[in-house]
Amino acid sequence: MKNIAISSAAVLSMLASTAFAETEITWWHGMGGALGETVNEIAEGFNASQDDYTITPVFKGTYEETLTAGIAAFRAGEQPNIMQVFDAGAATVIAAEGATIPVQDLLEANGVGFDIEDYISGVRYFYADVDGKMIGMPFNSSSPVMYYNMQALEAAGVTPPATWEEFETVTAPALKDAGYVALSQSHLPWIFVENFMSRNDLPFATNNNGYDGAEGTEILVNVDPLKAHFTAVTEWQDAGYFEWFGTGWNDNQTPFENGEVAIWLGSSGSFGGLSQLDLDFDFSTTYLPYWEAVTTEPKQTFIGGAALFAMSGQPDEENAATAAFFEYLTSPEVQYMWHRETGYVPVTEEAYELAKADGHYDRFPAAETGILQLSLDASENTRGYRMGFYVQIRDVMNREFGRILTGETSVDDAFDIIEADANGLLTRFAQTQN
Amino acid sequence: MKRAGFTTRWLPILLLLPQLVIIAVFFYWPAAHAVQSSFYLEDPFGFGSSFVGFDNYTHLAQSSEYARIAKFTLLFTILVTFFSLALALVLAVKADNVIRGAKTYRTLLMWVYAVAPPVAGFIGLLMLNQTWGPLAELAKSVGWDFKLGVNFADTAAAMVLVSVWKQVPVNFIFFLSGLQSIPKSVREAALIDAKSSFRRFWDVTFPLLAPTGFFLLVINITYALFDTFGVVDVLVKGEPGNNPMTLVYKVYVDGFRGNDIGGSSAQSVILMVLVLALTIFQFRLIERRIHYT
Repeated sequence: MKNIAISSAAVLSMLASTAFAETEITWWHGMGGALGETVNEIAEGFNASQDDYTITPVFKGTYEETLTAGIAAFRAGEQPNIMQVFDAGAATVIAAEGATIPVQDLLEANGVGFDIEDYISGVRYFYADVDGKMIGMPFNSSSPVMYYNMQALEAAGVTPPATWEEFETVTAPALKDAGYVALSQSHLPWIFVENFMSRNDLPFATNNNGYDGAEGTEILVNVDPLKAHFTAVTEWQDAGYFEWFGTGWNDNQTPFENGEVAIWLGSSGSFGGLSQLDLDFDFSTTYLPYWEAVTTEPKQTFIGGAALFAMSGQPDEENAATAAFFEYLTSPEVQYMWHRETGYVPVTEEAYELAKADGHYDRFPAAETGILQLSLDASENTRGYRMGFYVQIRDVMNREFGRILTGETSVDDAFDIIEADANGLLTRFAQTQN
Repeated sequence: MKRAGFTTRWLPILLLLPQLVIIAVFFYWPAAHAVQSSFYLEDPFGFGSSFVGFDNYTHLAQSSEYARIAKFTLLFTILVTFFSLALALVLAVKADNVIRGAKTYRTLLMWVYAVAPPVAGFIGLLMLNQTWGPLAELAKSVGWDFKLGVNFADTAAAMVLVSVWKQVPVNFIFFLSGLQSIPKSVREAALIDAKSSFRRFWDVTFPLLAPTGFFLLVINITYALFDTFGVVDVLVKGEPGNNPMTLVYKVYVDGFRGNDIGGSSAQSVILMVLVLALTIFQFRLIERRIHYT
């Protein structure tokens, strides 16, 4: 029985190798809708560009579902060659050394040149280890930026606010008088916590934002600047300057599209989708505001979005195919195409130069905001964060923030609970690493 | 009555074997695995793990959030079970009296049965959309500022509403067939004894429906506890946030979203024990009082 199976497998693989001389690799991703179509375009471009390799992209659902599917597949020995992992899942996959091949090692071993300085400064270290070795290849990199309705701001006689002080004293009252809800946002933990920390140059966790290891890492959210921010947000809500439409992303974006909300904080990667809509107004983007009371030298933000990880346990020729695909993916032309179609930032300086040379930002100045914001001054607080069970920590934040904004709890109580629950999760994660 | 039996001892076991194998592979084996995992904290990729004893359980026992979810699940189960059964019973009694166009009427009441829970949830999502959902508009017109996904109570109400809507047809079918199996002679005899149709229902029809009702009670509690997963998942749009959730959904959120295998396993073991206790309770205490004809 076993012999038959082996010999038929041998025959099948011989047939396969004569029929398809190409090495096939798979790529699991979480890019749905229009983004998924652009992903397929990139894969087709790669397949057409050479004869040795074929890549097959497979849509696996949301980011969380993609990560879970990848983990389950890895445990069953059926992992894809490339898995897309989002920012919040980075700690889980990077902590599991041996699950992936660091992208820097993969490229160097396969003769593809790699220099981390080729990448724009904001994306270099988020998916790197403590020594700065790049583990995951930044793919769809975005940052939270401010979208604003140009007609609304014009009607109110204001310009987009640079600081939160300006927002609450000038922008929001004027917009309210003009009949608008001034502000909504689509991801409280990402925009009002994680990037609040980097923009205002505050540490997010001990142990060097968690990069030095899971053992003993504690979150630093129960701090005055952050609590003051959320207190301000509740005051804006009471004053009719801010409205929260739930934890779902689109529920908060829709009122901006409808013209009810004048300023929306979303992802730089939302640009492509918004541009394709037939909106009744013109919109533009600018940097995420900061608190002048916290810092007078605002910094760059973290990259959000996701990175591609090369899963280990694959044959050498497939790893070579993965390396070849990464080389293709980071080529200026492909990066520029991805940037142009979706609004995600190009990850290399060369691709950015190409976009500039092509006049992309003359046509769409708003498309440059994300990359400019990621290229602002850096500090030790801006390279990223590394915290295990971070998906659950975000869930805890979303839960407590929802309770603050529906009046079920106070800012102080909520942050006490977030701190306690998050540190509990971090301790539990450290125990999984023994 | 003639007693049928097998002549050999091995034949019945052989005939049972496929079923036993399926139960072993799909139930006992994963259940044993869950019990084992619940005593460890394990790296999602399976590289590292530490034995933590009952830590995962004590963690749950001390978690105020877990207690909150358990309370919500209890309330949700009671509401869904009660309203599903009550509405179905009313509809079945009324449908039983209809003679003209009875088939059309019954089919219309039953068709929702064919809607899968996630689809039911999706329909609820459309009907209750914050900006243009017709049911949300209706609520607003009577002064209820209904906000799905924002307000805890509103989201909970939506979950109950959709879950009940989805379950009523099943109960309706069973109640209707239960009503139709009540002998005509009994009804006619009752007609002589009591003039009030209300009294006839509570004194005669309702007790005779008790076996059906008991069976449905078990089915509905199980439904509210476990099968509403799809409804909950769709209504919270995959983002737990400050939304209500059931214990089963929490297992999914921690295990499949958060990759906390140990914590999630402990929760599923707790649910297994709960189901076991519930089954024993129902069959020991309640069934004894139900008279089967």
